[in-house]
Amino acid sequence: MSEGLLGSEWFRLILGLLIVLAFSQLNALFLVWLERKVAGHLQLRPGPMEVGPHGLLQTIADGVKLVGKELILPFKADRKLFFLAPVMVFMPVLVGFLVLPFSRGLIIRDMNVGVLLVFAFSTITVLAILTGGWASNNKYALLGAVRSVAQNVAYEIPLLLAVLSVVLVVHSLSFAKIVEYQKTVWFIFLQPLAGLIYLIAATAETNRAPFDIPEAESELVAGFHTEYSGMGFGLFFLAEYTNMFIVCAVATSLFFGGWNGLFGISLGIPGVFWFLLKTYFLIFVIMWVRWTFPRVRFDQLMNFSWKVMIPLSLANIVITAIVVKII
Amino acid sequence: MAELEKIEASDRVYSLNLGPQHPSTHGVLRIVLDLDGEYIIKADPVIGYGHRGHEKMGENRPYKQFLPNTSRMDYLSGMLFNHGFVLAVEKLVGIKVPERAKYIRVIASELNRISSHLLWFGTYLMDLGGFTPFLYAFDDREQILDILDSITGSRLTYSYCRFGGVSRDVDLKFIEMTRAFLKRMEKRWADYDSLVTKNVIFIHRTRDVGVIDRELARQYGVTGPNLRACGVAFDVRRSEPYEVYDRLDFEIPTGTKGDALDRYDVRFKEMQQSCRIIDQALDQLPEGEFLTPKVPQKLGPPKGEVYTAFESARGLTAYYMVSDGSPGPYRCHIRVPSFGNLNALNDVLPGTLVADAISILGSIDVVIPEIDR
Amino acid sequence: MGYFKDIIDGGLSLIEGMGVTARRLFQPLITVQYPRKKIPLSSAYRGHIELKIFEETGTHKCIVCLNCEKTCPSGVIRVQGEKQKEKGPKTLTGYVIDFSKCSLCGLCVEICPTSTLEYSREYELVGDTGADCVFDLMLRLAKQVEQREEKKKTQGIAA
Repeated sequence: MSEGLLGSEWFRLILGLLIVLAFSQLNALFLVWLERKVAGHLQLRPGPMEVGPHGLLQTIADGVKLVGKELILPFKADRKLFFLAPVMVFMPVLVGFLVLPFSRGLIIRDMNVGVLLVFAFSTITVLAILTGGWASNNKYALLGAVRSVAQNVAYEIPLLLAVLSVVLVVHSLSFAKIVEYQKTVWFIFLQPLAGLIYLIAATAETNRAPFDIPEAESELVAGFHTEYSGMGFGLFFLAEYTNMFIVCAVATSLFFGGWNGLFGISLGIPGVFWFLLKTYFLIFVIMWVRWTFPRVRFDQLMNFSWKVMIPLSLANIVITAIVVKII
Repeated sequence: MAELEKIEASDRVYSLNLGPQHPSTHGVLRIVLDLDGEYIIKADPVIGYGHRGHEKMGENRPYKQFLPNTSRMDYLSGMLFNHGFVLAVEKLVGIKVPERAKYIRVIASELNRISSHLLWFGTYLMDLGGFTPFLYAFDDREQILDILDSITGSRLTYSYCRFGGVSRDVDLKFIEMTRAFLKRMEKRWADYDSLVTKNVIFIHRTRDVGVIDRELARQYGVTGPNLRACGVAFDVRRSEPYEVYDRLDFEIPTGTKGDALDRYDVRFKEMQQSCRIIDQALDQLPEGEFLTPKVPQKLGPPKGEVYTAFESARGLTAYYMVSDGSPGPYRCHIRVPSFGNLNALNDVLPGTLVADAISILGSIDVVIPEIDR
Repeated sequence: MGYFKDIIDGGLSLIEGMGVTARRLFQPLITVQYPRKKIPLSSAYRGHIELKIFEETGTHKCIVCLNCEKTCPSGVIRVQGEKQKEKGPKTLTGYVIDFSKCSLCGLCVEICPTSTLEYSREYELVGDTGADCVFDLMLRLAKQVEQREEKKKTQGIAA
């Protein structure tokens, strides 16, 4: 009976869900702390220092504060959609964890369309942002929401084209197979252009600076979440960081060899550590970029996407296809 | 233009209140924007939220008691405003200023100019979304504040100048600190160049954005770096040299197009020129008195009027005072540069994007309390 | 080929910028954790005014000329004096400042004929109400005199 319970699909699903929920929350809290620390040290200041050792518990304190705050519904806002949006932004992010290959065998579900699933669900975030911005009945929020849609439409294309060039080589959409393929050589060495395009597009996809135009603090106050208070804002915030983790985890498995060590040398370190190490390093790079550059204007962003990234990624895919055919 | 008017009539246009509470309006400015999508059709700056009646205050108190007010109009270049007021009263009453005091005032003013420009540099980058240059600039600015703190005892509203000199002499430590600061900045310019000036995103955000050409500048009375950015080398320090500026060798940086990038370049080079001025002034600093002892407690200026212009960090600033022989001015008026500079927005903003509006507003460097007074 | 050159130049400029921030990661921090660490005040620091204690008399030298009260642009200072004898100088009985109005211009310190006003070196002056910003300088002086005497006593005992 117990064997039946452990082996049953339901048990695995519920266990997986619990782990994912716990991990995503802790991870987001840690990333917020990391962001503040990285920002601080890049700017010659220590970042949070007061709550806990080196401010480690700062984000928990902030979270408690957010939970305790009133959820304010703006005048004439669309009540249902207004409260639906933060939930909607967080749910698809969780789904991404289903297929992330933390290590060999440490995948909740190794689907043969794993890559597709992650990107299909991450698109829902845009819908949530649009909903939230529209329901707020605020011009700044609406501007932010509209910008977000325009931006994501433009950036989904090079993102997927970059991913496609990897898929073309491996002939599979399963994360496990893609990672296995990179046992000796990571895709970043075979497909440097696709890797770079993926990282840039992913930064835009997660609305991170220098592509944070939907939030654009100095222009649109807080963009789409201007009117959100308390945990409504908190969920947007958590989703942003969880999204960042997923995007970087996907980059790790697609381009940086997932659980594999460099050139097949794993140094006896478990795969999951390799995976997390690389993911967090990519996250660090994204933070580093955020705290270095000014924000681009949204028409320049579009220009960059349509005139540079899409042609380059298309060229890359054609060349990849030709090379794959010849070999 | 006809096309714009057609859009204006349609109901696609909506208005957006940019301010008075907005992260990047530098004080309490409100701009009412009429938007079509994100394109600005009409921009109307609304001022007056920070009105404290400084001019009126000047009229009902002795000259001396107006001193602390002056540095509170443009709090970012308090020393310069202080300096200008003292110049005006000295001209009105006819007080001679010792040479040493003149040099000290010039050094302090130029330090203040650099600190004002550094703050502009930081906040401008913050308007564009880059947070880190802001803190680097504040690090440098903090050095200036420390230097000025060591002679004035205050970090923002200095009240340092007195009629006939300055309130406190400078010592060797001040000179040392200033020299160290100049040396430090030499390295920092290169850092700022790599971090901002050469940055492709920054260049794209500023090039051809918010062009104020000569004609527009003339119409609105735009002065200071904004005027110099469109190629007019007008600087009060050169055209009507006050204090010892005629003895110092410095260049007036100018731009060509008058866009945000030119304004950035002009201010950036101005900081370097200010460093040059300070360096020379420190070399030439003579010994002697720092405050002439012959100034009476109660000033009784002759009947008449005085107009003194000086170059503040934002442009041509002037005090105009009418004296009726009483201890205080009968009429006190201050010409501030930000007013003209800000009003040029009426013509510059239409046709640009909201994101550009922020960039333009940041690049013309207004201090709203200076306008509101 | 200008197309690719622009992309590459732009990319290089971005990398150069990232180098600037990365270098900062290895530089010492400039933050001073304020309540735990304090930086020395500058010698010119202007706090609120206080009455100076002169060594020879052990107290202030205020002659209640009211110059400070008159010269203050914001009406911060209130001075009270009494004549102890029918004919003779006034003595100071009350010296109150409302620091919330003070603009720290220093005109009072400069105008004082006996130089009995000076700047205090206090800056931790947080209060909950406006009344917390009203300082009675006579009380302050009395306290300081007391402290001085105690210090002298302890020094005397030690000697």
